Amino acid sequence: MAHVASAAETLEEKLTQELGYDDHFHEHHHGDKFQSNFLTHYIFSTDHKMIARQFLITGMFWAFIGAGMSIIFRLQLGFPEADLAWLRPLLGKWIQVNEAGIGKLDPEFYYALVTMHGTILVFFVLTAGLSGTFSNLLIPLQVGARDMASPLLNSFSYWAFFLAGVVMFLSLFLSTGPFSGGWTAYPPLSALPQASDGSGAGMTMWIVSMALFVVSVLLGGVNYITTVLNLRTKGMNMWRMPLTIWAFFVTAILGLLSFPVLLSGVFLLMFDRSMGTSFYLNEIVVGGEVLDRIGGSPILYQHLFWFLGHPEVYIIILPAMGIVSEVLSVHARKPIFGYRAMVFSILAIAFLSFIVWAHHMFMSGVNPFISNFFVIFTLIIAVPSAVKVFNWISTIYGSNLRFNSASLFAVGFVSMFISGGLTGIFLGNSAIDIQLHDTYFVVAHFHIVMGIAAFFGMFAGIYHWFPKMFGRFMNETLGKVHFWGTLVGAYAIFWPMHYTGMAGVPRRYYSIDNFESFKHFTELNQYITIAAIVVFFLQVLFMVNFFYSIFSGRKLTVKNPWGANSLEWTTPIEPGHGNWPNNIPTVQRWAYDYGKNGEEFIPQYIPLKEGEHDHGH
Amino acid sequence: MIQTVSKQYNRNKIHPHKFALWVAIGSIIMMFVSITSAYVVRRASGNWYEFKLPDIFFLNTLVIVASSVTLQLSYNAFVKGREKMYKSMMLSTLVLGLAFVVLQYQGWVALDAMGATFTINPSSSFVYVISGMHAAHVLGGVAALIVALIHAFSLPYKPTQRRKDRFSLVVQYWHFVDVLWVYLIGFFMLQS
Ligand code: HEM
Ligand SMILES: [Cu+2]
Repeated sequence: MAHVASAAETLEEKLTQELGYDDHFHEHHHGDKFQSNFLTHYIFSTDHKMIARQFLITGMFWAFIGAGMSIIFRLQLGFPEADLAWLRPLLGKWIQVNEAGIGKLDPEFYYALVTMHGTILVFFVLTAGLSGTFSNLLIPLQVGARDMASPLLNSFSYWAFFLAGVVMFLSLFLSTGPFSGGWTAYPPLSALPQASDGSGAGMTMWIVSMALFVVSVLLGGVNYITTVLNLRTKGMNMWRMPLTIWAFFVTAILGLLSFPVLLSGVFLLMFDRSMGTSFYLNEIVVGGEVLDRIGGSPILYQHLFWFLGHPEVYIIILPAMGIVSEVLSVHARKPIFGYRAMVFSILAIAFLSFIVWAHHMFMSGVNPFISNFFVIFTLIIAVPSAVKVFNWISTIYGSNLRFNSASLFAVGFVSMFISGGLTGIFLGNSAIDIQLHDTYFVVAHFHIVMGIAAFFGMFAGIYHWFPKMFGRFMNETLGKVHFWGTLVGAYAIFWPMHYTGMAGVPRRYYSIDNFESFKHFTELNQYITIAAIVVFFLQVLFMVNFFYSIFSGRKLTVKNPWGANSLEWTTPIEPGHGNWPNNIPTVQRWAYDYGKNGEEFIPQYIPLKEGEHDHGH
Repeated sequence: MIQTVSKQYNRNKIHPHKFALWVAIGSIIMMFVSITSAYVVRRASGNWYEFKLPDIFFLNTLVIVASSVTLQLSYNAFVKGREKMYKSMMLSTLVLGLAFVVLQYQGWVALDAMGATFTINPSSSFVYVISGMHAAHVLGGVAALIVALIHAFSLPYKPTQRRKDRFSLVVQYWHFVDVLWVYLIGFFMLQS
C-alpha cells in the first residue's frame, strides 16, 4: 500500500513538473514572511486554510452554546414540574426560586433561549460554520488556486463574523436578557423597545450583530465567487469542477442576492425603533397605551425577511449537498451519478428559492390567490430535490461503499433530507398549512431537513477533510458511535413532533400543560427531552474526538488517504502558504473518474489516454 | 490535448479585483431593489401621504452626473499621460462629490420644511432612508477618491498597469453610485 502510494506520488510530481502551471510562485515569497509569528499565523492569518479552521472552531463553539440552550428549554418542556434550582449558578436570576426552594425557568428567558437557539444555529453554526469553513478550505484547494482572490477581505470576513459573535454573546448577559421575539424577529416585538424585556437593548444588539454578520457573508461571498470564476487552474473548466465547488459557488450567489435584502429590512426596523418612523407599525397598543405610530405594515417586514429567509435555508443546505455528493462518490468508488443533472438541480433550486418565500406567510393574511402562486413554485422545488436524492441513491447503489464515519454521515444526510423534504410537501399546500402552521410539525420539518441534515453534511465533511486540515485522522470507532447514536437519537427527538404538531401543539410555547387536549403528550415530551440530552452528549463526544485528534490522532502518512481525484489531495500533507510548493497542477479530466477502464481512480491531473473520453467537456 | 487545454485557459480576462467589485455592486443593487420594492408594496396598500420632491434633488442629479464625467476625464488623462488634467479633474470630482452630499442634506431640510417630515408617513420616511443609504455609498466613494488623490499628489506620476487597475476600481464604483442615483430619482419621479 505504502509502496503503491509513493509510486503514485512520484508520477504526480513528474506530471506537475511537466504539465503544471508555473506562476513563478517561489520567486516572490509573498505571504510567507508575514506568516511567521504566532499572532499572524494563528490569529490574523490571511491564509484560506487557517481562516477555514477559524470558522470551524468558532462555529463549534456556537454549536455548543446553541445546543446547550436547547437542552435547558427542553428540560422546561419535558419536565415542567422539575426543580431547576441547580441551574442557578449558570443562569442566575433567570431561575426563579420560590419559598419552597423550587426553581423555575423564567418564561421571558425561555423565549430568549428559543430565539437565541434559532439565531445561533441558523446563522452562526450552519451558515458561517458550514459554508464559511468548507468554502474557505476547499475552493482554492479544489480549483487549484494559491489562495482566495482577496485574502485580506477573506480574513475581514472571519473577523466580522467573530465580532458579530462577540456582540451576540454579550447580549446574553444583559439584565433585560437577549432578544426574545423569535429568530425571525417579527415586528412589533422587534420594533418597539417597550414591547418586551428582550426588545430593548437585547434587540439592539441582535441588530448590530446581524449587520456584522451580513458584512461577513458578503465579504466571503464576493471572494468565493471571484475565486471560482477567475482563479481556476489551467484545464479546470466549469464542467470539471467537483460538485462541492458548484455548491459553494451557487451558495455564495444566493447569499449575495439575499442577505442585502435582510440588511434593508433590518435597517428600516432600526428607524422604527429609534427614530419614530412607522415602516412596520400601525395602530399599536402597548400595555394599555395607544401609540401614535400609524401607516406601516408588519407584513412588509415578513416579505423582506423571508425573501432572505427562504434562500437562507438553501444557503445552509447546498454546501451540505455538495459535500455529500463528493464524499459519497469518493467512498463509493463510483462516479457521481448524473453529474450534470446535479449541477442543473443546484441551479434550479437556487433559482426557485427566490420565488417561494411567501410559503412562510400563508397564515399572515396574504391574499389566497397570491398564495396559489407560491404553492405551485414551492411544490416544484421538490422536483430538483428529488433528482438529487435519486442521484445519490444511484451512486451508492451497487457500489462497494466504504463504511467509515464520513460516508455514513453522508448516507445519513440522504435519509434525513428525504424524511424532511416529504413533510415540506405537506406544508407547501396552503390549505394543509392552515392546520400545521406554527405547530411542532413545522419544528419537525425544518429540524430534520435543515438542522440535522446540514449537520450531517458538515460531519461528513469534517471526518473526510480532517486529514487535510490537521494532518491526522479522527478516531473511527468514536466516529461510528457518534453517527449511529446521532442518527437514532435525532429521529427519536423529531419524529414524534410530527404527531404533536398534527394534534395542534403550538411551537414556542413555554408550557402546554394548561391545555386539556395536550395533557396526554406529557410522557412523549419527557421522552423527547431525554433523547435530546443523549444526543447532546454524543456531540460532546464528537468534540472530544475532534480536539483529541488534532493533537494525537493517527498521523497521515500519504498525501491522498482516500484515493480521491480532486486537487486538494495533491498538496503536501501539511500544505504551506500558497498550497503547492512549486507548480500548480493542471487539470486534464473531470473529478469523478472512479472505476474507469479498470483503474480504481484516476486523479484530475492525469492526462487523458489516446481516444479516452472526458466527461468534463 | 495540450492545445485544447491552452484554449480553455484564458484566465485574467478581467482583473479579479474588478470582477469582485462587480459582484459587490450586484449585492448593493439587491439592497436598493429590495427597499424600492418595499416602497412600491407599501404604497399600494393606501394611507400614503403625497408630496412633491424639492428641486434640490434634481439639481443634485446634475452634480453627480457631472462628477462622473470629471472622474472619467481624469482617468483618461491619467492613461494618456496628461498629468495636470489628471490631477485637476480628480480634485473637481472630489469637490462635486462633497457638494452632492451637502446638497442632499439641504434636500432633506427642504423636505422637512414643506411638511414631509421624517416620521409623518412612510412615504416621506422612505425618501429620507433611501437617499440616506445612497449618500452613505457616495461617502464610501469619497473615501476611495481621497486615497486616490493622496496617491496622485504624493507618488511620482507613473501610469503603471497596477496603478491603472487601482484607479479604474474607483472609477467603476463612482459611476455605479452615479447611475444608482439616476435610477433612484427616476424611481421617485415615476412614483409621485
Ligand atoms: C421539498 C422541499 C420543501 C418544501 C416544499 C418546504 C416547505 C415549507 C413550508 C411551506 C414551510 C412553512 C411552514 C409554516 O410555517 O407553516 C416551511 C418551513 C421551513 N422550512 Fe421548508 N420546505 C422544503 C424544504 C426545506 C429545506 C431543504 C429546508 C432547509 C434546508 C427547509 C427549511 C425550513 C425552515 C427553517 C422552516 C421554518 C422557518 C420558521 O418558521 O422558523 N425546508 N417549509
Ligand atoms: Cu421556505
